[in-house]
Amino acid sequence: MKRLVFLIPVLAFAVMAIWFAQGLDRDPRYIPSMLINQPAPEFNLQPIDGRDEAFTSRDLKGEVSMVNIFGSWCASCEIEHPVLMSIAREGVAPIYGLDWKDRPGAGAQWLMARGDPYAKIGDDAEGRVAIDFGVTGAPETFVVDKEGRVRHKHVGPISEDDWRNVLKPMIEDLKSAPPSY
Amino acid sequence: MTAEIGQILLIFAGLAALFQGVFPFLGASLRDAALMRAARRAAVAQFALVLGAFCALAYAHATSDFSVRNVFENSHTAKPFIYKLTGVWGNHEGSMLLWSLILAAFGAAAALFGRQSALAARALGVQGLIAVAFVAFIVFTSNPFLRLFPQPADGQDLNPLLQDPGLAVHPPFLYLGYVGFSMTFAFAVAGLISGRIDEAWARETRPWAIAAWVFLTIGIALGSWWAYYELGWGGFWAWDPVENASFMPWLAGTALIHSIRALEVRGAFRAWTALLAILSFSLSLIGTFLVRSGVLTSVHAFATDPARGLFILFILGGFIGGALALFAVRGPNLRSSTGFEPVSREGGLLANNMIMVAACATVFIGTFYPLFIDVATGERLSVGAPYFNAVFPPFMAAALAILSPAASLAWKKGSVKDAMRRLAPAAATAAAIATLAAWFAWPKSVAAALGIGLAVWAGAGAISDLAVRVRLFERYAGARLANLPRSYVAMIIGHVGFAIVAIGVIGAGALKSETIVYAREGDTVSVGGFDARLLSVTEARGPNYESEISAFEVSRGGKLLSTLHAERRFYPVRGMQTTEAAIASDLTGDLYLTIGDYNVERGWVVRAWRHPLTIWMWIGAGLIALGGTIGVIGERRRAPVRRAGAAEAISA
Repeated sequence: MKRLVFLIPVLAFAVMAIWFAQGLDRDPRYIPSMLINQPAPEFNLQPIDGRDEAFTSRDLKGEVSMVNIFGSWCASCEIEHPVLMSIAREGVAPIYGLDWKDRPGAGAQWLMARGDPYAKIGDDAEGRVAIDFGVTGAPETFVVDKEGRVRHKHVGPISEDDWRNVLKPMIEDLKSAPPSY
Repeated sequence: MTAEIGQILLIFAGLAALFQGVFPFLGASLRDAALMRAARRAAVAQFALVLGAFCALAYAHATSDFSVRNVFENSHTAKPFIYKLTGVWGNHEGSMLLWSLILAAFGAAAALFGRQSALAARALGVQGLIAVAFVAFIVFTSNPFLRLFPQPADGQDLNPLLQDPGLAVHPPFLYLGYVGFSMTFAFAVAGLISGRIDEAWARETRPWAIAAWVFLTIGIALGSWWAYYELGWGGFWAWDPVENASFMPWLAGTALIHSIRALEVRGAFRAWTALLAILSFSLSLIGTFLVRSGVLTSVHAFATDPARGLFILFILGGFIGGALALFAVRGPNLRSSTGFEPVSREGGLLANNMIMVAACATVFIGTFYPLFIDVATGERLSVGAPYFNAVFPPFMAAALAILSPAASLAWKKGSVKDAMRRLAPAAATAAAIATLAAWFAWPKSVAAALGIGLAVWAGAGAISDLAVRVRLFERYAGARLANLPRSYVAMIIGHVGFAIVAIGVIGAGALKSETIVYAREGDTVSVGGFDARLLSVTEARGPNYESEISAFEVSRGGKLLSTLHAERRFYPVRGMQTTEAAIASDLTGDLYLTIGDYNVERGWVVRAWRHPLTIWMWIGAGLIALGGTIGVIGERRRAPVRRAGAAEAISA
């Protein structure tokens, strides 16, 4: 009987180790966002220099879309940019850009040099809208469904794999889903 | 070239560790002193090799060699030089190398300065095996010496939150604590193998346990201080998983240094102490695992990769599982040599252990509950600070309540009457202060007032016990004071420190006041009796950041006190913002100001806090560390170099 008591620690640990092992394949970057399945925040942003169309929260309704947070100062956005260009060429869903905390004109110049994947771009120089979206850093991308609800948040640059295996299938699902009014 | 040299040195270090991990076991069972001596040399060689590898990486960082991937990802030419150096461990790969360096340093210290017994030899072997695992982990999954081709023009900079003096020294201390518990773990395993967990074992192990615990105390305090002034959210502890990861080994270690004392003096709690020694290091390993593998999300998790996680899981399974299996087999044979009455020092230490282990279990459950739920149901949730803030304080209240009586009881059989005589002044002081505090705090913060009363009871109790013991008001009290055993002095200082930390925590946590307003230049923000007038906000440039510096004129009751500068920095390379809070400290507490975004219509967002008594947290932590340090030094001096029969002495 006494021997059994001494077995308890190792048995408890064994159970925990199994649990840890199963926890390993969870995506650690998945951050539960308060916004998931909530309507995207209301906003009304001025266009960046050289574009005339403003970007407002009304644009997010009626069609599945993506909102990408970027800035000319952001090194990882540089890495992400070619992927966004090819996503835009595929034309699965429009990408809206949120030019975050940029100097006036810097975002436009950055895009002029590299190409412009965005349907519309809002100038969030003060970072107010990014705060409403709960942005923790750039780049970050939100998938928004037809009703204008945020359905997914991607932290960090989108890689080709992320696009093919996660974002694209999800967007195609959302597009084929009947509207749930 | 340096990266390649570092790589080669690290691989050789792994080989030396392998020798260190094999020879002692052979030597101890064959009773071959030459083999054991070889193991000690291997331990020293391993330390020299890891140190060389570490220096190679530090050199690459210092010279901004961006052909080394680790440097590219974590450094930038414009980064201040000191942060180029501390950046060596500001990332996953480098911090694991630091971990190994400290592990090797403990091994070498044990080999050079420790006693030369079969027990120490086996412990050195266990250390060597741990070192093999960690060097392999670095080489195969987290190699800091990988090159990048073509060489980039400049680096990606270190996370700006980590570019801070507090963060420069916090991880090394934390690791000294974590890794220090590898020594007690190694001694526990060695003791279980040889079947001897006794008074001699405790005498040999206790200094290591206290040293590790002191380092961990300092590491946690530094981390908490950093979070307080750098993160700018006005708190010092968020019950973040990684904070908990460092706190759990501290709680287990606190239990350990108490139970090991009972073992040393009275031969009590043999199996229990061995288990605590294993647990302290296991929790340290799990803490490392927690940060590295990404099983739990946290602001601290700067490296996440399932392959690494799997590797660490194997390390955990091997060492923790192995040690606990050994405990299951050998533990039942460990019998305490004597019994004791419930009312005795042993009884008090047992109560301490129950409280610390229960508190540790509470933190453990709160930390891992989300993971268990995720695995079981796929649901994501987080156990926030409210759980911990509700569940944890009662344990600490209990610890404060029993501290003085428990410490005042005699070994084997104590007398309640005698303890009461010693503690009567403390009880009166505590009751008076609690009443006074409750009077002021009524009705909002009565619990906090009672908490302060309990802390005073614990602290004054320790001092009162000391006063009675040296008969402070009679002749020659000074001589008696000077002749007190070091372990007793250590205990008193540590206990007073603990009580003072409690007072600081209650002040900063439960008694704080806070306000958030929009302010323009010339506006005044008031909090806790202080007025802070925003004088100006100016833009400035640092070496690798742009910043807005605000100046506040602080006054209290119309009397001008000082000018404070709160700052907000923007690091363009990482696109991150940091807050540099302005803090004015004195013995009554802190005034804490931060400045946020600017709104054209309304002005700057200014947050102001009054944190009463906060400074006592750091003072108390310093006292705890001081007490522990005296404990280590005292024991080392008092312990005879070699005692026949006490350890299996090996004649060379």
